[in-house]
Amino acid sequence: MAGLHQSDFKNPVVRWIDTRLPVFTLLQKEYGTFPTPRNFNYLWNFGALAIVNLLIMIATGVFLSMNYTAHTAYAFDSVERIMRDVNYGWLLRYVHSNGASMFFIVVYIHIWRGLWYGSYKAPREILWMLGVVIFLLMMATAFMGYVLPWGQMSFWGATVITNLFSAFPLVGQHIVTWLWGGFSVDNPTLNRFFSLHYLLPFVIFGVVFLHIAALHITGSNNPLGIDPKGPQDTLPFHPYYTIKDSVGLIVYFIVFAVLVFFAPNYLGHPDNYIPANPLQTPEHIVPEWYFLPFYAILRAVPDKLGGVLLMFGSIAILFILPWLDTSGVRSMRFRPIARWFLLLWGLNFLLLMWAGGKPAEGIYVTIARLATVYYFLYFLVILPLLGRLERPLKLPESIAAPVLRGGGPVPAGAAAKPMEKA
Amino acid sequence: MAEAVVSHGTAPEGGAKETRRDFLKLTAGAFAAVGVGAVVWPFIHSMNPARDVLALASTEVDLSPIATGQAVTVMWRGKPVFVRNRTPQEIEQARAVPLGELRDPQPDQARVQRDNWLVVLGVCTHLGCVPLGQKPTDARGEYGGWFCPCHGSHYDTSGRIRRGPAPLNLEVPTYTFTSDTQIRIG
Repeated sequence: MAGLHQSDFKNPVVRWIDTRLPVFTLLQKEYGTFPTPRNFNYLWNFGALAIVNLLIMIATGVFLSMNYTAHTAYAFDSVERIMRDVNYGWLLRYVHSNGASMFFIVVYIHIWRGLWYGSYKAPREILWMLGVVIFLLMMATAFMGYVLPWGQMSFWGATVITNLFSAFPLVGQHIVTWLWGGFSVDNPTLNRFFSLHYLLPFVIFGVVFLHIAALHITGSNNPLGIDPKGPQDTLPFHPYYTIKDSVGLIVYFIVFAVLVFFAPNYLGHPDNYIPANPLQTPEHIVPEWYFLPFYAILRAVPDKLGGVLLMFGSIAILFILPWLDTSGVRSMRFRPIARWFLLLWGLNFLLLMWAGGKPAEGIYVTIARLATVYYFLYFLVILPLLGRLERPLKLPESIAAPVLRGGGPVPAGAAAKPMEKA
Repeated sequence: MAEAVVSHGTAPEGGAKETRRDFLKLTAGAFAAVGVGAVVWPFIHSMNPARDVLALASTEVDLSPIATGQAVTVMWRGKPVFVRNRTPQEIEQARAVPLGELRDPQPDQARVQRDNWLVVLGVCTHLGCVPLGQKPTDARGEYGGWFCPCHGSHYDTSGRIRRGPAPLNLEVPTYTFTSDTQIRIG
């Protein structure tokens, strides 16, 4: 359908552009007047925070790469040069490395929000699955980024993680050789990791776009998990949620700044300030904190292939979560039994994170095994059964109903105005 | 303060009355601008020369092996510097030129510290090529100094532009004689 767009904008320049390329209309529709459930809590900040975090990572990464050398003989020194000689290089690098941690903190809370309020359920299955794709891409990007400084943890982390693929029968060793571009982690590996580490964030950006596109089709979920019934249940995105997101953003920046300026190496490993040595493995090798739960699952299984499959499975299972949870009720507020199991699952996730950072011996292995069992039990047995056995609490008639005196649904449009001041 | 309250987001009709919202917008906008500037500066500054680059910003040259009539090329800040031990004829040739004939008028005396030692950047002031004339076999152009093969600029024995598209004389870098046979460039 060709033809100029009918623009509502008064400013002649904006109008001129908008009739030819209606970006202003699009922004107005998707971020200005976009009807958003009125009852968001602060957990709904974390999608916006994740986008900001991605942009920070891309910006600092582009500038870091201007001074980084992807070669085994120079990589470590070039990173040290960034720290010592490049103007504000220390800031760019600490923001980038701690930004990775912040990104995972934000995304883990974002995922938790989705689990607690049932944001993965119909009609948001594809939205959820795109999110899992983003999460996987993030993990790949973070892993390859950690290899680039070419310290001891970089080298041995790369060796251990790429060797995961050797668990697959027949083709395993060929896959690993192919990943390495040689017979060990070496210069070809470093070069391709740098190339992919630069590429993947832009792929993430693309999938984030799809994630948001899908979100704006289904609309946001909300703490009650019920659909908005009319205008009395929604607010325009701007200024209500632009402001609410800004408040969260400030808190996020405070936490970020405390990490960067007061504890920049708190979440890292001192061993990574030792240049890579292919002849000596560090005594205690662990991945970055955000991989620990999955690392714990890997080590919990006494079989090589089994451990690898279970580790990949622990993320793959999220793809089918919308169909494993058979309950029609989204929000855990109205699921008196399931919420305790989910809360336990969350604590269990943290337990796995703790166990993954401990040596793989004695009591730690036992704990990791029990936690792994519950991780899968929740998805594969508890959720499918609870959907049938649990009797959910009574859902409110509408989002506005509990806050409006008299309770019942309000005629469309009538209540929106007075409530804005509330 | 009741008179200052105006429904939010809308400018008062007709009157130029200032509201508290104007004040809020101005202060918030100014604060945001300073914040953005403070964030952007480290990114921009990271592209400026780093400290290890600045540390290499001077070069020592030993003049003793350079006989009269010879020239050497040394690297300084990644660029060639021409150091020429000029013959008396070359000095005389450079000083005999009336300044009015020059495109970028500069007496030879102002371009050297000691008459026979000419030190100039070997970078053509047109578009940055390295002019010929350091080797005895090189073409030196019509004025006996240097000739830039890229676009045909001719420099004289004082490194001054005489013909061709270049606008300025070859640049004289900052240098000092640390002894009779040694200079430090930069």
